[in-house]
Amino acid sequence: MHDFAIALPEIFLAVAAMALLMIGVFQKPGSDMGLVSWLGVLSLAVALVLVVTGEGDSVSFAGLFVVDSFARFAKVLILIGSAAAIVLSQGFVRREGMNRFEYPVLILIATLGMLMMVSANDLISLYMGIELQSLPLYVLAAFKRDSTRTTEAGLKYFVLGALSSGMLLYGCSMIYGFTGSTTFGDIANVMQGQDKAGIGLVIGIVFLSAGLAFKVSAVPFHMWTPDVYEGAPSPVTAFFATAPKVAALAMFLRAMLEPFGGMEADWRQIIWLISVLSMLLGAFAAIGQHNIKRLMAYSSIGHVGYALVGLTAATSEGVRGVLVYLTIYLVMNIGTFACILAMRRGDRMVESIDDLRGLAKTHKGMAMALAIFMFSLAGVPPLAGFFGKFYVFMAAINAGLYYLAVIGVLASVVGAFYYLRIIKIMYFDEPTEPLSKPIGVELGALMAITAFLTAAFFVVPGILVDGAAVAAGSLFP
Amino acid sequence: MILPALAFYLFATITVACGVMVIASRNPVHSVLFLILAFFNSAGLFVLLGAEFLAMILVIVYVGAVAVLFMFVVMMLDINFVELRQGFLQYLPIGLLVSFILLVEILMVVGAWVIAPETAAVAAAPTPDPALRSNVAALGDLVYTRYVYLFQAAGMILLVAMIGAIVLTLRSRPGVRRQRIADQVSRTRDSSVEIKKVQPGQGV
Repeated sequence: MHDFAIALPEIFLAVAAMALLMIGVFQKPGSDMGLVSWLGVLSLAVALVLVVTGEGDSVSFAGLFVVDSFARFAKVLILIGSAAAIVLSQGFVRREGMNRFEYPVLILIATLGMLMMVSANDLISLYMGIELQSLPLYVLAAFKRDSTRTTEAGLKYFVLGALSSGMLLYGCSMIYGFTGSTTFGDIANVMQGQDKAGIGLVIGIVFLSAGLAFKVSAVPFHMWTPDVYEGAPSPVTAFFATAPKVAALAMFLRAMLEPFGGMEADWRQIIWLISVLSMLLGAFAAIGQHNIKRLMAYSSIGHVGYALVGLTAATSEGVRGVLVYLTIYLVMNIGTFACILAMRRGDRMVESIDDLRGLAKTHKGMAMALAIFMFSLAGVPPLAGFFGKFYVFMAAINAGLYYLAVIGVLASVVGAFYYLRIIKIMYFDEPTEPLSKPIGVELGALMAITAFLTAAFFVVPGILVDGAAVAAGSLFP
Repeated sequence: MILPALAFYLFATITVACGVMVIASRNPVHSVLFLILAFFNSAGLFVLLGAEFLAMILVIVYVGAVAVLFMFVVMMLDINFVELRQGFLQYLPIGLLVSFILLVEILMVVGAWVIAPETAAVAAAPTPDPALRSNVAALGDLVYTRYVYLFQAAGMILLVAMIGAIVLTLRSRPGVRRQRIADQVSRTRDSSVEIKKVQPGQGV
């Protein structure tokens, strides 16, 4: 019989989401979503405790579901990211008429999908996790249904997401056809007996990685990202850029390394190319952007490229690098989006980079926090972002991928330009029309915490790096 | 036995022919009707395979619910299909080119078809002997026991679909009169009946 206890965090989250839905439905019509939101944050915190207290590596549900330290590490990041996304959105949803209780409920269900993605041990459960994560995201992207831009973003995301799911499934069916199984362990066993993968299987892997690259928005499957990031309501964009990215990348790692770990020669070049293209596009395309959400979209494409450097290495060290990178990326992005959400004049949100002019004179604290995040995103030592890049590039060099590491370093130099430009605009340009104060308790607190973590990471990097090393070890038994 | 073979070819031919007609017929209502015929014939194929439960489900769910829903949608949407097809000829060459390239690629794949020797053992289908276990029970074993995780996950996905549809489309319009049973029940005689003394000859 199945061991349901290992899926306790997921089961709890599913039940909590349904309970919150009921609470929301039976509230007085027109009442505030604050109660449901904070209960949602509480449920995520409880799920976090359940994840952390779970012990041992085990597989259950007929091999569909696995819990190991890798899954646990990714789940902790996802739960923190989702909780931060709910907290971030509090002020915005009240001002912008998105004050409906379905918002936190959909975030909870998407989080459930992400947990299932990183625990997937089978192509079918992987696909189910992806769909359970994507469907709430499509709805969230179109959540402000009276705005044309938002609706367009939602529709675009939906159509392209459906296309990518199609590619993913095609790949899965090819893999099933050529190996006779969908379970990662069985696929790996079948592959062990052979010295070379058949062309059919390679085509299956290509389609699978294309579908996965779509979900992490890596080049050349990135086209939807800038439009969706720009069109979706800002707190939803903040959510898109954090937890789902972490989940998709963690799933990408497992789906490549567990079933196809023995045949990395066959897929390394694909990931290599995707990684290089993402880094370069992220660096060059962001230069001309004026909208800060669009800029963050290109920035996230670039960061996915850097993270994939660790996957290209296909070593335990590379996976450790990716996990460290994802953690730091999550913290930096939460902070940056807290700053973006604080950009408003009166009741109106502003999104242009020029609106940040002279921020240092009007909002000292926020300008300093944003400067820390920008330096960190650019990878300037001794901030956290530098260490993220350092570990993945070291992994690449130790795996003999010198070109990849060199291209990565060059791309991050180019990328530094547009991050530093924002700092220049904040500190050296004259303010035109100052942004409104106050920025809100939740946003201020998140900015302060994330800025502190980003700036102080170099003091004790060991905690995170050791944790990531243990997590990475579980993918390489 | 020649009879099952004949039945198979009959059902299979009609199914394929119906499939072609679904995309070829000009009238969308005819397309849906051909689709229904295709479903019926596929149900026949399932019966030949010994999967009578799937055959019944196909008829009940697909013909009974899905196809009828399609019919409603097709009849209610005012789509000009002639207009939709206008760009068809224009894109035909590039479409043919893409399909040709794909065909060549697939032929190359099939040409170099290597199936791992271990595959056969792994893929041993989890179908029990029909004499020992009826196919409803066998299906139930898979869906509700072995793959209960996926079954529950699918349930969550459907829940999201429902929430999403409501979030994106439901609008509470002002000025719509609704029945509020609590209000109706809690009305008292005083709040709804007023007695006026009408003077003779003056009206109300």
